[in-house]
Amino acid sequence: MEALVEWFAVPFQFDFMRRALLVSVVAGAVCAVLSCWMTLIGWSLLADAVSHAVLPGVVLSYLFGLPFAAGALVFGAGSVALIGVVRRTSRVKADAATGIVFTAMFAIGVVLISRIPSDTDLMHILFGNVLGVSDADIAQILVMAAATLLVVLFKHRDITLFAFDPTHAHAIGLNPRRLEALLLGLLSVTVVIALQAVGIIMVVAMMIIPGATAYLLTDRFERMLVISVAVSVGASVLGTYASFHLNVATGGTIVVAQALAFTLAYLFAPRQGVVWRGRARTARAGETVPAR
Amino acid sequence: MTEAAVAVDGVTVRYGDVLALEDVAFSVPAGRICGLLGTNGSGKSTLFRTVIGMLTPERGTVRLHGHPPARARARGVVGYVPQAEQVDWAFPVRVVDVVMMGRYGHMGPTRRPRAADRAAVADALERTGLTDLAHRQIGALSGGQRKRAFVARGIAQGARVFLLDEPFAGVDKGSEATIVEVLRGMRDDGRTLLVSTHDLASVPDFCDEAVLLQQRVVAHGRPEEVLTPQRLLAAFGVGAGTGRAV
Repeated sequence: MEALVEWFAVPFQFDFMRRALLVSVVAGAVCAVLSCWMTLIGWSLLADAVSHAVLPGVVLSYLFGLPFAAGALVFGAGSVALIGVVRRTSRVKADAATGIVFTAMFAIGVVLISRIPSDTDLMHILFGNVLGVSDADIAQILVMAAATLLVVLFKHRDITLFAFDPTHAHAIGLNPRRLEALLLGLLSVTVVIALQAVGIIMVVAMMIIPGATAYLLTDRFERMLVISVAVSVGASVLGTYASFHLNVATGGTIVVAQALAFTLAYLFAPRQGVVWRGRARTARAGETVPAR
Repeated sequence: MTEAAVAVDGVTVRYGDVLALEDVAFSVPAGRICGLLGTNGSGKSTLFRTVIGMLTPERGTVRLHGHPPARARARGVVGYVPQAEQVDWAFPVRVVDVVMMGRYGHMGPTRRPRAADRAAVADALERTGLTDLAHRQIGALSGGQRKRAFVARGIAQGARVFLLDEPFAGVDKGSEATIVEVLRGMRDDGRTLLVSTHDLASVPDFCDEAVLLQQRVVAHGRPEEVLTPQRLLAAFGVGAGTGRAV
């Protein structure tokens, strides 16, 4: 017991650890909320795309000494718009348009990175630098997180309606395209928040794993939101602490913790888990068991 | 003269070079069930999307109780019951949540339900016989119950014109009878139902009138007038005896 208290208390004495915990918990919570809709609509690839496409924006911000969020938001939203344009104005399908735009953007970012003098910065952009966030970074993250959660608080029912049945949204006089744009905007902002915690490469994990884990555990959307946030915040706290004690990369440890949570749900979720479904199958040997 | 519930006038829709609807014109008075018959590719879905205003026709107009589609939508006139394939049945919503979505047009910007909304939802569930299933996840219903859940959503919405896309697909005969009963009850309240279907055998039973569509309106009238062997052969390429077209 005492060892456990110490495990949590000792790192908390360090200022950089308190900052890291704040950033990873806030980023984890906001990403978890968005991840529910990403999972349900099937926007995982899109989340991955947006997170990679912000790279040139981040690099340019570094080069010109601007807040990293400014460049990232411009390139995140810009690439979403570009994907839409390519899809609508050519015969190329949505997944191909997404793949082309985000890898092209990422490549431009890689080229630009060559202009950054130090390799450390490159590693921070790609894999996160949650142990070294500045006051300005934290302020940006808190403002963006508060704005995102405020919009979600007021619009979550409309967003869920859009995710479930955009045609009905249209039929009752709402504008599904505007809701889609709103959700894409929230996605862009959220990706920028998560960059700080885990870096560009692993943002997509934060945007998908919590929602997918919660989806295996409940049939109610409100509960899915709560579970998703709990899983994500838990993974952020455990991952950050574990990375301190094991002296390993923080962003990677957070994502590993999330993946562990998903694995547990995948195996042991009461109804959806493969272990219980396997048992039900054995119990009803001879009968055909529908997958769902 | 009473104003038509659905008035389609000279509607032409084109997808690129493909003519989907050509000069389609018909009207349905309020309080009627109108079957919309035609093969895949006959333009039924396009017509629905035009009536609902998701497609703007190249020529022609649609009026719902005298309103253009956009105003009709804003007033909650149109209820839409999607085809089964268009719905994600694993989505984590309960029956009562889906029916509540019908009330969103009546709510404030955050869509927080009030007592009147809950009452309307309870009433719609009761009328469709789903009260006991209200807290089930939507995918945990049978095919017929799923259809009724979406019908209940339109009732809760207060829709006066319903568009039902293949409501009998994947539904057994017993459930079909229950759905028909619900639909007739809605008609008797003065609502108007436009029902697209492949199931020709059921049409004379429950439709007051039928429109046979093949890019153009091939025939429009009482079901027995529309379902003549010659017309079916023209539209479906089958004899009347087969009953169910593919």
